[in-house]
Amino acid sequence: MSRPRLAVVKFASCDGCQLSLLDCEDELIAVAGAVEIANFPEASRAVQPGPYDVTLVEGSITTPHDVARIREIRADSGLLVAIGACATAGGIQALRNFADAGEYVSAVYAHPEYIRTLATSTPISDHVKVDYELRGCPVSKRQLLELVSALLAERRPELPVHSVCVECKLAGKVCVMVAHGTPCLGPVTQCGCAALCPGFARGCYGCFGPAETTNTTALAARWQALGTTPRDVQRAFRTFNAGAEPFRRESESHG
Amino acid sequence: MGETRRLRVDMLARVEGEGAVDIEIDDGRVTCARLSIFEPPRLFEAFLRGRAAEEAPDITARICGICPVAYQMSSVNAIESIYGLDPGPEIRALRRLLYCGEYIESHALHMVLLHAPDFLGFEDGLAMAAEHGEIVKRALFVKKTGNTLMSVVAGREVHPINVRVGGFYRAPRHAELAAMQPAIARARDDMVAILRWAGNFTYPDLEQDWELVALRHPAEYPLIDGRIASTGGIDIPFTAFDEEFEEVHHPHSTSLYGRVKSRGTYLTGPLARYALNYECLPPHIQALAKEVGLGPVCRNPYKSILVRGIETVYACEEALRIIGAYREPTPASVPYTPCAGVGAWATEAPRGMLWHRYEVDGEGTILNARIVPPTAQNQAAIDADVLAMANRHVKESDTALQLACETAVRNHDPCISCSCHFLKLNVTRR
Repeated sequence: MSRPRLAVVKFASCDGCQLSLLDCEDELIAVAGAVEIANFPEASRAVQPGPYDVTLVEGSITTPHDVARIREIRADSGLLVAIGACATAGGIQALRNFADAGEYVSAVYAHPEYIRTLATSTPISDHVKVDYELRGCPVSKRQLLELVSALLAERRPELPVHSVCVECKLAGKVCVMVAHGTPCLGPVTQCGCAALCPGFARGCYGCFGPAETTNTTALAARWQALGTTPRDVQRAFRTFNAGAEPFRRESESHG
Repeated sequence: MGETRRLRVDMLARVEGEGAVDIEIDDGRVTCARLSIFEPPRLFEAFLRGRAAEEAPDITARICGICPVAYQMSSVNAIESIYGLDPGPEIRALRRLLYCGEYIESHALHMVLLHAPDFLGFEDGLAMAAEHGEIVKRALFVKKTGNTLMSVVAGREVHPINVRVGGFYRAPRHAELAAMQPAIARARDDMVAILRWAGNFTYPDLEQDWELVALRHPAEYPLIDGRIASTGGIDIPFTAFDEEFEEVHHPHSTSLYGRVKSRGTYLTGPLARYALNYECLPPHIQALAKEVGLGPVCRNPYKSILVRGIETVYACEEALRIIGAYREPTPASVPYTPCAGVGAWATEAPRGMLWHRYEVDGEGTILNARIVPPTAQNQAAIDADVLAMANRHVKESDTALQLACETAVRNHDPCISCSCHFLKLNVTRR
């Protein structure tokens, strides 16, 4: 195809995933030459109207207005790609799904009546058809560039769904759980980060959400054998991908 | 003679987040101008309750992908203050080094890709590259160097993974840091060139008389510690923040407005840090500031681009100094026992002071959390700048008026994700 028209849009999020595109310093000028950046407000005032060939969507759906806006964006987009844990699982703000959101608003704002928000934070795929998902909190720059390259070459992006353990072993890193008894979510977390945390002597904390096939129950039992309390097991499954089904389900068995 | 033009622009660009600018014009006079923030509320302070205090650095980092280190540093220090924990000089130096990486990355991004296009009439930094390719390439190199530094110290640039209560999970090895020295030295020289380039811009002569608020440290340009100081005479520890400052909630914003209780509007960020800590900059950096047209105090928000440049040069030199003196902390973190208490801390995010306060129970569970981000503190000052510039440009076309108002906001590098994010300009002419 000739230069595809790219849009980058945002819902409830921290901006870190779209910033990852600007963080591809060595590739940024080449990417800007290969695609027409038609709508990327964080980077440019020059916002062109749709339709767009590819729309990258960051953030989760948390307001009545955004429920309507994501439908308009879907209608205006050829391919729609959800980028990051907010867009693929609801993000850290999906912790409200386990609580009384009205009470949350009262805890933060002096005038809760000024605030319009939904009781839940939900991923993009709960509202519209999503063509691809890039996991991560934040997404991996390597996967982001793979996605853009694949779309330019009109092929499927290569986005593996196996666990962090596989890429950790491939990288020749020492298993922090076996060698040091450090609780690690690597066995149930999708790869993509290049096993970052074990390389820093830290257990994986699940930024990329659940891998394709997981046994969270067995892992939770192993954590408890290492001395983790049920409350801390629940906390571990309830972070940036708390809304992802396998993590949500496991978290509800503890605490 | 009543004017009744009405202009609506759906998004103000090149800021981090979603907000709007509303302008009301009656009889050719601007009667109201304000930044409205529509960033969907994410309610961090609510869901932090019941979490482990040791989770706060990783959770609060997710408030902002642009300045996650600021969130990690304010939270980790606040919690360590509750536990009476002093991780020692090596860990403190390493944290300062990580923060230097964030300054280099964030300032280079804002200066050249987000802010400079306003002075030169481009829609964005990439379009600017057609005429100013060498500068944009240099800025991308500086930005990349900041990001790489953050990755070497703490794993990655967005939401680093290596910061923990007590220190770090693993200290970077000396060789890993030493390998960064040539790039940081080149980034420093590139930033000096960018500063000289920006020194030739035409700057509108807006001077604002705000009380300037920033950390002050007796010996260093402040990043991660010190006391809260102001040009109005404030000099307090972090725990006394509530005695001098308050936050007000308005219907048009999902962010809160900060004010000095007794005097009102204040400004935090590069202009405030620079004015209150000028004497901590080494003489050759003061000379560089003078060369590009800055005195010891700068009250022109447009010239914040120059102050960011000065701070970036400082951050590169400070990073080189820390790496030169680096001794790997052993162990990488000090042990602690949770105890009940209340702690507050502020650090200097690239866009201004970031204050956190936590109350934890005896098991280290958070009972209450409060976070006051820089953009909320600056909202009133930003509104006033927009009002001043809207009045100057009120007779011009809506396009020119819009650009003037947008620039007045972008001067402050607002992070609207932080303060709750969307920029939309609504002009009502009656």
